[in-house]
Amino acid sequence: MDSIISVLLRTGVILSSIVVLIGGILYLVEYGRLVPGYHVFQGEPASLNGFRGIMRGILSWHGRNWIQFGLVMLVATPVARVAFCVFAFFEERDWTYVALTLLVLSVLLFSFIGR
Amino acid sequence: MNVLWFTVLICVCSLVAGTLGALTGLGGGVVIVPLLVLVFKVNIHYAAGASLISVIATSSGAAAAYVKEGYSNVRIGMFLEVATTLGALFGAYLVALVSPSAIAIIFGLVLLFSAYLSLRRLPDIHDTRPPDRLATRLRLNGDYPTPEGLTTYNVRRVPIGFLVCNCAGILSGLLGIGSGALKVLGMDQAMEIPFKVSTATSNFMIGVTAAASAGIYFHRGYVDPSLAMPVMLGVLAGAFIGARILPGAGTKYLRILFSAAIVVLGIEMLVKGLTGKL
Repeated sequence: MDSIISVLLRTGVILSSIVVLIGGILYLVEYGRLVPGYHVFQGEPASLNGFRGIMRGILSWHGRNWIQFGLVMLVATPVARVAFCVFAFFEERDWTYVALTLLVLSVLLFSFIGR
Repeated sequence: MNVLWFTVLICVCSLVAGTLGALTGLGGGVVIVPLLVLVFKVNIHYAAGASLISVIATSSGAAAAYVKEGYSNVRIGMFLEVATTLGALFGAYLVALVSPSAIAIIFGLVLLFSAYLSLRRLPDIHDTRPPDRLATRLRLNGDYPTPEGLTTYNVRRVPIGFLVCNCAGILSGLLGIGSGALKVLGMDQAMEIPFKVSTATSNFMIGVTAAASAGIYFHRGYVDPSLAMPVMLGVLAGAFIGARILPGAGTKYLRILFSAAIVVLGIEMLVKGLTGKL
């Protein structure tokens, strides 16, 4: 069980880093010469906050959307780990921990789906 | 300064922070936010978003190595994650309700507190008392490798540890940090879990805790991809380098130096928050 978790985490981190790196290069080619402005918080456009918007930008090779997709993959890595633990505890017939893990998983999913 | 140089500079600073964080065991995340806010004049919400992302990256990367060594305890981790994720969710909601100045003040206090914690390490407590009933029912007691072979440990004061981890979760969601120091404090001192098991398990928990606030951070637009990109890649590369340079070799002075830097950043954050210059 431990080695599967280890592989899962490593794969998630490496894959997402690669996607973020690709996005970073695309972004710098696109906007590298502009002047940065992060002093005022404006929030992000809808195309970067929701899953559908991010995917649409991926297809048209927008750097910022690629980065955001990589970041979502990264955040999904620990979520996948928790989901895997549900099965691992189920195999062990440890019902207390199946319930606790499902509780953690639902908090995580609520954060992504709920507002 | 154009976007290219800005990005490269942030990436290099994050790399240094990540390396030092891994070498001293303090984590790079705690200095990322003050660095971005004070030096690069980034808005505190964007800074917290970028930092939260980098925390997930390093935690997952480090946990992959830790699980194999047999120090982390999956049951303790999962049980306490109930506390930390609920806290993190609450903390992420709080961000919109608390003023940036108040966040800066809380951040300053957390920085000072973690510098204090890092400089005083308390010894592990060993005893022969009978195991705690609640800990036994939750099957939290375990064993870990030591030079004398596998050593068993008994977990105690479960409710207090749960409460401390809940607070750690709230701070993580509110400030965009991993709050590993507070998690370790709860496990190590309150629950009497050996230090090595506490740190390994805390590392495991940090990613899941941060993921609980990340969803809300995305929805609210705190995660800016162009800023999070250099921070994440820099901190991750730094953590990797730090782990390679062999932690433990001559890190005592580095630890003092890094803690001093944290104190300076903490005071700066406090001043910014109190004078409302954010």
